Amino acid sequence: MGNLMKKNIIAMLCSVSVMYISAQTNALAQDATSESPNSCIWCHQEIGDELAEPIVAMEHDAHASKGLSCVDCHGGDPTAGFDEDETAAMNPAKGYIGVPSRKEIPQFCARCHSDPNYMRKYNPRVSTDQYDRYKTSIHGQKLAQGDSKVATCVDCHGAHGVFEVNDPRAKVFAINIPQTCGNCHSDSDYMDGYGISTRQVDDFKKGVHGIALLEKGDQAAPACNDCHGNHGAVPPGVPSIGFVCGQCHLNNSELFRSSPHMQAFAEEELPECETCHSNHDIEPPTDSMIGIGDESMCIDCHSEGSTGFEVAEILHAKIDTLKQNIVEADSLVAVASRAGMEVSEAVFSLSDANQSLIKSRTMAHALSVERLDEVTKEGNTQANSALSIGIAALDELQFRRKGLALSLVFIFVLAVGVYMKIREVDKRMDV
Amino acid sequence: MPENQKQSIHTKQDASAQAGASQKGVMGWVEDRFNLGGMKSFITHKQVPLHRHSLWYYLGGMTLFFFVVQVTTGILLLFYYRPSAESAFESVQFIMTEVRFGWLIRSIHSWSANLMVAGAFLHLFSVFFMKAYRKPREMTWVSGVIMLFLAMGFGFSGYLLPWNELAFFATKVGTEIVAVVPLVGKALMEFLRGGEDVTGATLTRFFAIHVAILPAIFVSLLGFHLMVVQVQGMSVPPGVEKKEKSLRYMPFFPNFLLRDLLGWIIALGCLVAIAALFPWELGVKADPFASAPAGIKPEWYFVFMFQTLKYIPARLWIVDGEIVGVLGFGLIAAAVIFVPFIHKKTDHPKTNRIFNLIGVIAIIYIIVISAISYMSVE
Repeated sequence: MGNLMKKNIIAMLCSVSVMYISAQTNALAQDATSESPNSCIWCHQEIGDELAEPIVAMEHDAHASKGLSCVDCHGGDPTAGFDEDETAAMNPAKGYIGVPSRKEIPQFCARCHSDPNYMRKYNPRVSTDQYDRYKTSIHGQKLAQGDSKVATCVDCHGAHGVFEVNDPRAKVFAINIPQTCGNCHSDSDYMDGYGISTRQVDDFKKGVHGIALLEKGDQAAPACNDCHGNHGAVPPGVPSIGFVCGQCHLNNSELFRSSPHMQAFAEEELPECETCHSNHDIEPPTDSMIGIGDESMCIDCHSEGSTGFEVAEILHAKIDTLKQNIVEADSLVAVASRAGMEVSEAVFSLSDANQSLIKSRTMAHALSVERLDEVTKEGNTQANSALSIGIAALDELQFRRKGLALSLVFIFVLAVGVYMKIREVDKRMDV
Repeated sequence: MPENQKQSIHTKQDASAQAGASQKGVMGWVEDRFNLGGMKSFITHKQVPLHRHSLWYYLGGMTLFFFVVQVTTGILLLFYYRPSAESAFESVQFIMTEVRFGWLIRSIHSWSANLMVAGAFLHLFSVFFMKAYRKPREMTWVSGVIMLFLAMGFGFSGYLLPWNELAFFATKVGTEIVAVVPLVGKALMEFLRGGEDVTGATLTRFFAIHVAILPAIFVSLLGFHLMVVQVQGMSVPPGVEKKEKSLRYMPFFPNFLLRDLLGWIIALGCLVAIAALFPWELGVKADPFASAPAGIKPEWYFVFMFQTLKYIPARLWIVDGEIVGVLGFGLIAAAVIFVPFIHKKTDHPKTNRIFNLIGVIAIIYIIVISAISYMSVE
């Protein structure tokens, strides 16, 4: 293909593209609600460059999809200005606001989003307290103090081209939140002077929650906002950490509150759950975290000879015994199952025993030997039941094999007898 | 009644009376009433031809043996099996775990079912290649082929009875295929299912078909099949018939029957060993609301048809591809039944070669397509 032909094709494609974009923007130049001409779009499109960007962004905007247009946020008169008199369209007398400053943004958005009567028209269930909560957040407080670097509505939601929260394209969609927060909080230059770490997002990605959310795509896993709040974002204080984690880990939280640790942690001003489990880079909990081993968290505070040390040892032993019983029964049942034995009852028992093991790990937060004992006893009973079934199945398997061997010997002798008879009859009858 | 016939009857009665008179006790009593001597005389006089293909004669007896095993183990299973969606799975589980040797009985029943179908297929092909269906044995072939189809019906209906997940969805797929038959398909599917979907009604229906309807038809045909085999004797392949002028024979009783017995004993040993070493799995209980598990396949003897239907395009000209496939298999089945009437010139080498080629192609097709289906990753 010659160069000339290539150039012609490229030129033709460019022309088609320009025609398409022009057609799109011309369509947008019609007011979404009234279908009347919109001078904002017309004019911004004429000027082009970054002033034309909002037009493209608004194509998929949540507001535009509800029939809202430029004028609903920025004011002015979109029917005027077609004669290139921009002051007619952007007339403050006609409510023109223009582009709000960063400090003005929360209030700018709150004109609608804090008005329940207005918002009800579009979504009766939407909350309208975002602005009030924002004012209580560190972002809001610092903005009020004149720090315009802090996050405002547009930093998380976008300005033009805002997506609904449950839209995967939204910057505030669960899976996208760590990245959205990290845009500022992971930028050490940007965060310079605030005196907080910029490793939170990196740590979060390595932790159980980050792996669940970002690697496994489990949207039920918490993102930054689930612990810190979103519009009212603040670091949870020491007294509230248990409640924050308890939003999901309800039983663990309640058991902790009923344990002797509750008062002791308060007195020492230790941040409840975080003391043992850390915050952003939470590792998967293991049974060795409890007890007196090298990886135990208990021995950080409880020294040998203390009651806490003894209790830790007993709690670990009880959980470990249950775990060992389950492993033993499980391997035996697996052998029987592989051999073709019917062991579904044992599988049910093992499932119950595993359930008890999970419960016992939760119950460990109560730090009560008696309460843990109740749970592990039930689990051990189920594990022993599975073990008995597994042993019986393997005994039965041996019985079957011996029975089979005996039967085959009998059948073989019978076959030999019949064969001899055939030879005898054939010989006698000369066949 | 002609005089010579009357005389014959009198002679037989006299012979029987003499035999009865010569025997005392129970045997004499039975002989007086049922003329077993005549039957014995018939059996002892029956001859089985001996030639290089005689081994194939044992396949029919082997298939019969597996059928007897099926009937015996099936009756034993009936003592505990409960045919309802609520209790079928649990009753089979009970048979396998609580009933003494229940696991073995069920495992033998399942394995023997497969071996019976395999035996029937081999018997059919051996008879086909030996041209044993030629005059006067046309109806022996017809009854045999119908019995093979009934055996497949036994397999299809019995597969659902444990009410496990695989069986449930395989039955769903299998009965769906029936629905594509023009005009009567949907009605036939609903008749088989006992409604629109596979439910407990399907299970009880399949149970009735499996333990009452099919056995009644099968046993009638089997009686006819065995009777004509005894009356007409074993067929000698045309090639052997021509080449071996002085054909040797073996008495059916006791020589052939003893060999049959030896085969059955060996088959029993193999069956028991397979059933004990590889117990037939029960799987998990069917859940009609669950989604179908991956890799659903019918029993192995339906796999080549199932796979073929997958290869047929959705639309063939103006006709639905699946309809073409189902009707095609229907036509092939009908053609197989009527082979003796299609291939009459069995003394013609050229037509024999064509039919042999068709048989070989059919075997290769069944094996290759089934193998592809089992090897394909779903």
